[in-house]
Amino acid sequence: MASGSSSSAAGRRNKAKIRWSKLYSFSCFRADVNNINGNTGTGGDNTSGPVPEHQHLLGRPGFSRVVFCNEPHLHKVKPFKYPKNYVCTTKYNVVTFLPKALFEQFRRVANLYFLLAAMLSVTSLAPFSPVSLIAPLVFVVGVSMIKEAVEDWHRFLQDLNVNSRTVQAHNGKGIYVNKAWKDLCAVLVSLITATGFALFLKYEMNDWWYLKLGDDDPSYKPSKPYISGFLQFIRALILYGYLIPISLYVSIEVVKVLQAMLINKDIELYDEVTCRSVQARTSNLNEELGQEMLNRWSFVWGDINEVDLEVSKRMNVNLEAYQFSLHQRSDSGESLERFEFSLADMGTEMEVLGGQKENLRISHVGKEYMTKGFNFRDDRLMYKEWITCRSNIFDVTMFFRVMALCHTGIPVEDDAGTDKFKYEAESPEEVAFLIASKEFGFQFYRRTQSTMFLKEFDYTTGKDVNREYKLLNLLEFSSSRKRMSVIVRNEDGQIFLLCKGADSIVFDRLADNGRSYQEATASHLSNYAEDGFRTLAFAYRRLEVEEYEHWNKIFTQAKTTIGLEREALLETASEMIEKDLILLGAVAVEDKLQKGVPECIDKLAQAGIKIWLLTGDKKETAINIGFACSLLRQDMNQFHLSLANESTANIDRLKAMTEDILHQLESFNKVMREERNKGSPLALVVDGKALEIALKNDVKDQFLQLAVNCASVICCRVSPKQKALITRSIKEYTGKTILAIGDGANDVGMIQEADIGVGISGMEGMQAVMASDFSLPQFRFLGRLLIIHGHWCYKRITKMILYFVYKNVAFGLTLFYYELYTSFSGEVLYDDWYMTLFNVLLTSLPVISLGVLEQDVSSEVCLQLYSLPTYIYSPAAFKEDGHVADLTHLGAITYTCIIWTVNCQIALIISHFTWIQHLFMWGSILLWYIFLFMYGALPPSYSQRGFRILVESLGLVPMYWLVTLLVVVVSLLPYFTHIAVQRLFYPMDDHVIQEMKYSGKDVVDDQMWQREQSNSKKMTQVGISARIDARIRYLKDNLHQKKASLYRSVSPIFRSLTSSPMFYF
Amino acid sequence: MDVDEGSSLDTIGDQSVPQHSRRCKAFHQFTQQSLPACKPVLTPKWVSSWRTTICEGLFLKMFFTVFGYLQVVEIVDRYDAECIPEAYKSNKMAYIKDNSIPKNCSQFLKVYKRMKAPIYIYYQLDNYYQNHRRYVKSKSEQQLLHGLGSNDTSSCKPQESNNGLPIVPCGLIAWSLFNDTFTFIRGKSELKVSRKNIAWKSDRDHKFGKHVYPFNFQNGTLIGGGKLEPSIPLSDQEDLIVWMRTAALPSFRKLYGRIEEDLDTDDVVVVKLMNNYNTYSFGGKKKLVLSTSSWLGGKNDFLGAAYVFAGSSCIFVSLVFLLLHTKIPGN
Repeated sequence: MASGSSSSAAGRRNKAKIRWSKLYSFSCFRADVNNINGNTGTGGDNTSGPVPEHQHLLGRPGFSRVVFCNEPHLHKVKPFKYPKNYVCTTKYNVVTFLPKALFEQFRRVANLYFLLAAMLSVTSLAPFSPVSLIAPLVFVVGVSMIKEAVEDWHRFLQDLNVNSRTVQAHNGKGIYVNKAWKDLCAVLVSLITATGFALFLKYEMNDWWYLKLGDDDPSYKPSKPYISGFLQFIRALILYGYLIPISLYVSIEVVKVLQAMLINKDIELYDEVTCRSVQARTSNLNEELGQEMLNRWSFVWGDINEVDLEVSKRMNVNLEAYQFSLHQRSDSGESLERFEFSLADMGTEMEVLGGQKENLRISHVGKEYMTKGFNFRDDRLMYKEWITCRSNIFDVTMFFRVMALCHTGIPVEDDAGTDKFKYEAESPEEVAFLIASKEFGFQFYRRTQSTMFLKEFDYTTGKDVNREYKLLNLLEFSSSRKRMSVIVRNEDGQIFLLCKGADSIVFDRLADNGRSYQEATASHLSNYAEDGFRTLAFAYRRLEVEEYEHWNKIFTQAKTTIGLEREALLETASEMIEKDLILLGAVAVEDKLQKGVPECIDKLAQAGIKIWLLTGDKKETAINIGFACSLLRQDMNQFHLSLANESTANIDRLKAMTEDILHQLESFNKVMREERNKGSPLALVVDGKALEIALKNDVKDQFLQLAVNCASVICCRVSPKQKALITRSIKEYTGKTILAIGDGANDVGMIQEADIGVGISGMEGMQAVMASDFSLPQFRFLGRLLIIHGHWCYKRITKMILYFVYKNVAFGLTLFYYELYTSFSGEVLYDDWYMTLFNVLLTSLPVISLGVLEQDVSSEVCLQLYSLPTYIYSPAAFKEDGHVADLTHLGAITYTCIIWTVNCQIALIISHFTWIQHLFMWGSILLWYIFLFMYGALPPSYSQRGFRILVESLGLVPMYWLVTLLVVVVSLLPYFTHIAVQRLFYPMDDHVIQEMKYSGKDVVDDQMWQREQSNSKKMTQVGISARIDARIRYLKDNLHQKKASLYRSVSPIFRSLTSSPMFYF
Repeated sequence: MDVDEGSSLDTIGDQSVPQHSRRCKAFHQFTQQSLPACKPVLTPKWVSSWRTTICEGLFLKMFFTVFGYLQVVEIVDRYDAECIPEAYKSNKMAYIKDNSIPKNCSQFLKVYKRMKAPIYIYYQLDNYYQNHRRYVKSKSEQQLLHGLGSNDTSSCKPQESNNGLPIVPCGLIAWSLFNDTFTFIRGKSELKVSRKNIAWKSDRDHKFGKHVYPFNFQNGTLIGGGKLEPSIPLSDQEDLIVWMRTAALPSFRKLYGRIEEDLDTDDVVVVKLMNNYNTYSFGGKKKLVLSTSSWLGGKNDFLGAAYVFAGSSCIFVSLVFLLLHTKIPGN
């Protein structure tokens, strides 16, 4: 009863200590259950025997816990009294918020720097007044902290939501009572609690670069060169702090929050079925989405499979589709009819082999058939029509019976109490079969220990009959057997063995007279496999009573054997009976992926993103899914990495296994080197057990090298821990950005380990969502999220940072240039308030609008460093009445120029103007004049340098305006020329696209548009498009060959014609 | 400007949002990132038209600027070296520090072009770091306005107090007040020079007190520059006010007065000056400047040159563009 729980709610305080490896590797030891049980009798105080050393650690975070089922009272006293199930993912509480949030803020290098500068500014060293340093810092830190608080509040609300969920708890007396989630005790909460970690670890941002300018030694006190030199250095450090954009952090944060908001609001990412929209849960990773796009060589870990099966299990979305292939021998006995039933739109294809053409009614318009999980429409089979046109009706009936009986499902009555049933079964495909057979008139409606009840359509009478089948034996499915059989006795006393299984297995066990459909079935099966369907063959066998009795004895004996040889005995027993089968047909189940998944994967593949599929499913399923979403193709070279023989964990065996894997890898590598020239894509299918070996240190590099070179990689039968492990290995190996997407609790580790974790909401619990950075209601939205929002966010953030640096360097350089003229004494050109307002107010809003609303253009800012105003200023009078300008005037003039230039520069950077941008840009400039006016109107003791500066001097001086204009034009002209030249002569892709959009050429000039489109695509070997391309190539080759042969045969005649190029395609 | 109304994008917005609520619609467009936007595309046409506009503007201004500056007549005369008697040429410090040596000196200025009144008189100091941080800080604005009523003169160090009383006006700036004087003689008669209204009006009215008298100025042992008449309030000491406006660069001019008569070509003006101010100790230069003014103020070669440069480079780049564009069509 010991259960590994990596942490608990109480473990929150230990979060900092817990490392990733701890989280996944359950390094904790197992508790000795017997010992514990002995202890409980004596109230936890062991009197007999020594206490194991680890005893006292039990129940602590990171250690195994003992949980007693159905005995809640045991958990009310100390040794087993565990913390409540309260889930807490918040970072702060009311008390800790201030110290913790402040600590978080000042952990950033830049903030620390500014804090230091602010502290120094209180001393006499500071070149400007303390307020001009402290105010921006307070503003910046304040805004960041408010943002933190708001985000934490949202997390708190989410926790509240989770904690107040009601669950039904067993109170120990057989009665279930409703309890709030948080009040539960001793429930395994490891994963949920673990989600909190993601928020912590993702939080750290990169350290920013920072610029430092030394100051050489002009000093006030030549007598003490060292001290004064040092003091000068500190002063310069403070002064040139303006080179570091203090508001960069806060602006980025504001922008990210707004971006996240816009992502959340995007109506195209809204799922109407689940009424959910995308949620960017932390706003810190938006641009990484785009980085994903940019890196072109990273991975999406699509755990798509989980998604699908979940869908079908829950039956809440109409996504499953079935294909049946029935082969009937018609009365004449000569011709085989082949009916291919598939999705309605494909169903028009009907092929009749042989001569006899039956007049089949196929109507696809039909009624909307609304059985969820069932997407098969064909009038020949539906509505019990199959009876009218079937000649060998018995086989058809048997086919459906196999479908309805050979399974482990149980019917669950619907809430409404009607005769509608839901089914629950081990695997979703069984459920699918049950639903399908119900639709065909074989409704499985009740199951007892040994009997199965079927509401059957009797084709002789045309009525529904209730039939009872005695379930004699069940030969279970296992991955090695790849088949499942039931032995039933019907009401007439006939005993049948009904078998379903993998085609190869079933085909091997057919009787000689049971192979009448084999050839046709085989060809259909290969078609289905090609299309990515999961195929199963159905067969049956009629057993004589004596034969059965005889066999049953052996089987029962095998079953009751206890010991190692039990498996083998059962195996041989079932081998004995599962033979001489008669083939009935085959079923193809489509693992219908969520809507849009293949398209989405196709898009991502074209964008150059590598896609790996990690699934806990068995290999066949995984491969089928690979086919379904075009990760795999028929012409791909598939490498299957698996362990040859099942083996126990023995040291020698381990060595042998490692060598086995190494050997396999070696041979794959060899094949790959040979194949690479041929250009046929490679796929790697790895099995969970093999993976465990392959990820061991000594084999890891070789494995990853191979995997990275394959077009697609599928890992099946992987555990949650392995998922996380693979993610980490790849991240470390390639160093690329990795995105993980998944929906279940088993994906949590993977989601947390990846750079970007995406959870799919609405399917299975909230664990994946809670751990993720983004949550999507549907897989297909990933495409839009990555390609559009990721791209935008990335561009926006990069542009923004670039511009930020530009504007601060421009500003800082004017300070620096001015220092040249003051013999580096530390005098500042600008008034304190100008300095304060520069980053906080006058230039920040346009940047934010850039960061939030910009829509794509690519251009580099070439930094213009200008010191023009300083040169323009000359000692001559600058006003008509002979007044000369002084320090204050120069400061204001320069500042005006800076404001204009910086805001005009952003106008050149922005390629997407909405009124918001206009408002912010021109508003900022206007704001500066308004500020100057108002500031000048204050009494001189407040306004100091700015007193009446605009009204009395600057505003009346034509030179002021002229200089402003000149500086703006001169500083922006080079950049303008640069982008113009770039656009005209070296256009980038997005420029061309923009221009074509602008001129409407995308409609007219199709060719050019297509060229751009194809340019933007990357060579990829996965995805639908790649598959289609491959098919086309194949067909073309075929055509060429045919043509060539044709040509050879008729060459004398056509030789003259070949000179015309028209002849060739 | 090429405008692409983003109307095609917001079809969703049009359907789901009722037309009457425009604010709601605007918000929807904002959240869907489909606000109508103008996306300027740098098409050759657009670029060249803008370029032409800018070039024309620059040229126009270049013309006006240069024209304006051509009207300005400026006479600059450096006198600090010439005004030292031969005997002291090797020991300037001894000359300037010795109060017993007469400091008067005469300079002759020839007017090369007719100058219309008002002719502004400036003194120019070179290599004089009035913008040094310690210098700039060394004054008390409160004291200048309120006199002894303001006690905080800590910023004025080292010229803070004398005999326990704060110096009025305190600080290095005031202490180093420029004290050369100039009189101008044409022919026999002295030129009429106005020394009123040379400071900014706002300074006189709001920054220097009407009842603050420099009663103990330059009484200390270390005499810096000029002295002030103790009976005149600071608000009327315009030389001080001008001096207190610290210059931004180490080479600066300050207004001394205005000659209110025209000077004709080839007039010779005799400047009688008192060479009191010590620039010899730090290698500074002293110059006398007579200048007329245009609508752009005084002569500013750099601004003119900048406009010429900008305008011509603009034209040049345009030509290159035109050439390239005609050579490489399409794209």
